[in-house]
Amino acid sequence: MSGGVDSSVAAAELRREGHDVVGVTMRLWGGESDTGCCSVSDVDDARRVAQQLRIDHLVFNFSEEFNDTVVSPYVDAHRNGTTPNPCIECNRHLKFDRLSQRARLLGFDAVATGHHARIERQPSGVWRVARGADTAKDQSYVVHMLDQKELAYTLFPVGHLTKTQVRERASELGLRTASKPDSQDVCFISKTGGRETFLGHRIPFRRARVVDESGTEVGAVDAVELVTIGQRRGLRLPGGSPKQFVLAVDVEAGTVVVGDESRLACDTVMVGNTRWSHEPPALGASVLVQTSAHGVAREAVLEEIVGDARATNQVVLRWREPQRRVAPGQSVVMYDDADRVVLGGGIAL
Amino acid sequence: MNTGSGALAYLDHAATAPMRHEAIEAMRPFLDEQFANPSGSHRFSRSARRAVDEARDDVAAVLGCAPGEVVFTSGGTEADNAAIFGAVRRHGGVAVCSAAEHHAVLHCVEHLGGEVVRVDRNGLIDLDALASVLAAVSARNDRVGVVSVMAVNNEVGSITPMRDVARAVRAGAPGAVLHSDAVQAACWLDVRDIVLVTDVVSFSAHKFGGPKGMGVMVQKSGITLEPLIMGGGQERDRRSGTTNVAGIVATAAALRGTVEQRDAEIQRVGALKERLVAGITSQLPDVMQTVPSQHSVAGIAHFCIADVESEALLFLLDEANVCASAASACASGAMEPSHVLRAMGVEPRFVKGALRLSLGHTTTVADVERAIEVVVASVRRLRR
Repeated sequence: MSGGVDSSVAAAELRREGHDVVGVTMRLWGGESDTGCCSVSDVDDARRVAQQLRIDHLVFNFSEEFNDTVVSPYVDAHRNGTTPNPCIECNRHLKFDRLSQRARLLGFDAVATGHHARIERQPSGVWRVARGADTAKDQSYVVHMLDQKELAYTLFPVGHLTKTQVRERASELGLRTASKPDSQDVCFISKTGGRETFLGHRIPFRRARVVDESGTEVGAVDAVELVTIGQRRGLRLPGGSPKQFVLAVDVEAGTVVVGDESRLACDTVMVGNTRWSHEPPALGASVLVQTSAHGVAREAVLEEIVGDARATNQVVLRWREPQRRVAPGQSVVMYDDADRVVLGGGIAL
Repeated sequence: MNTGSGALAYLDHAATAPMRHEAIEAMRPFLDEQFANPSGSHRFSRSARRAVDEARDDVAAVLGCAPGEVVFTSGGTEADNAAIFGAVRRHGGVAVCSAAEHHAVLHCVEHLGGEVVRVDRNGLIDLDALASVLAAVSARNDRVGVVSVMAVNNEVGSITPMRDVARAVRAGAPGAVLHSDAVQAACWLDVRDIVLVTDVVSFSAHKFGGPKGMGVMVQKSGITLEPLIMGGGQERDRRSGTTNVAGIVATAAALRGTVEQRDAEIQRVGALKERLVAGITSQLPDVMQTVPSQHSVAGIAHFCIADVESEALLFLLDEANVCASAASACASGAMEPSHVLRAMGVEPRFVKGALRLSLGHTTTVADVERAIEVVVASVRRLRR
């Protein structure tokens, strides 16, 4: 229970269904924060909701693991010039690993969260994550890493509701989180300081030259670590010229290559660290591929599986139509050809 | 998951003790008909004033100081803050404390940019290190303003030989104010010995069966401190704020009751603690009693349990109606890793499995037996 409306209603739904429920708030971030679920006021909200629902509420301190598996890799990724998604890593390592492990140890039958996604069991017995009922709020992308064992142990009690319905239920129950705004931000980065301040305290920023594809210097950036593929702003390019986009970032060489948007188009995307919900699809299978949290899934073909796909996990996807290059570090999630259930996903290389 | 059965075994007396009945009875009239402000000039006030004066006399007699040396505060934390900030703001100089102090002391000293002295394996201040720190401060032409060393550690229960600390401080920093946080001492030690060798001492009423929101600071005659709270000049200008008559009267009653029964309770509870320690350590491998009984108070049994996490263990204990604790909790309610165990140099494998079972005036054999059974079963389950 983050102290937000979705997890509040998730707890209420479980309670309504007659489950024996304990609310848990994970304390993840020990440092300064004004956005995420670790602020004391959010924990207060979670506790008050739990009290209203007459369930016990606990706070588990996983800040050490959070630092090791989410924050440090986030900083390292930026240092290496890639674009990480820490919320997905938090799901992978904290919510559906560390917390689930503890829940199993303590004798719980399942871990539930307030994600807008659905877990289905197909007639074959295979578990799948399906998109949430509210397509605009669908979060299947951020929980794509769940495998069969994890899916069998996980519940998403609000996945069949729209956000509006979630807020209505919270209101009906008089929960104090009913009209609380959705959190959009990375919990360990403060609104006031932003990403730049956070990273600036942890890595030495390096200046980089901005060059066009012929190598001619056209601008400069103060922190190459903050530049993302596809970025258009903040490159200090001369005015009046056609729109230029970041095509490549080379942290070592200290260069950022810019060019026309059309030059971002790619035929394939290489994905590492892939995890499959169940079996990998056959080579040549048609899949729908989503490359950002609220992006549209595009058609592609599973062209190649490098090595043992179940273990290591590199795959090549060939787009049906060229797509904008995916920034390395971003999650690439594959759905079935009906764009309904998650097949697996990994991280763009 | 409230599937536990049976009565609650409350083994968290070091967090707070149940109020003693004589304390509840003593405060009742002052919450009801005798509500007057003792600072007033009518007969109604005078009767409240008399109750406060009598309570102060009683507290002074028990603590071995003069009534004028007793300052009532809102708790142990306020008394600690008042001592440390009060000494430094009045006299200047460097604040010094041990690394195992309660945060009510440690955070004040850190805030003042003071010196933190290392502790030994039992959590006791290292006297050689203390002497070196005091000498180092003099060597840089600075002065020690206050030294604060706790009488009994609130987590692991170790007892500081305050006489030895006092000797070191008087020798190394003759002008310094010597403060002791004795919040965990009142039930288990003759606190007159602590008051005798120090300048300022802090107590907290709810640790000895008094009400929450009440503390006592003994400020020895001749020791001046800048007051933390200014206003109407109550407590001889040392602590302003309308006198908490009910709280003061109950504090005195709880302290009297505690001290009258203290010797017998040390024997009784000490035996329960030994039973608890033996019951747990004999049945579980890789569990250590963090501080041996000869160095710790009768009321605190602290364990470090290898390959177990405190949060998980406390959950299972709670399910089985055993109330215990690990280290201190932060504002969100999450367990923080113990700075005390870290300072003591407890091995990493053991440090995450801290468990404090603290006993007191209401603890029974049945509580202890229940705790042994539940702790042993829970640890086995978590290690499976």
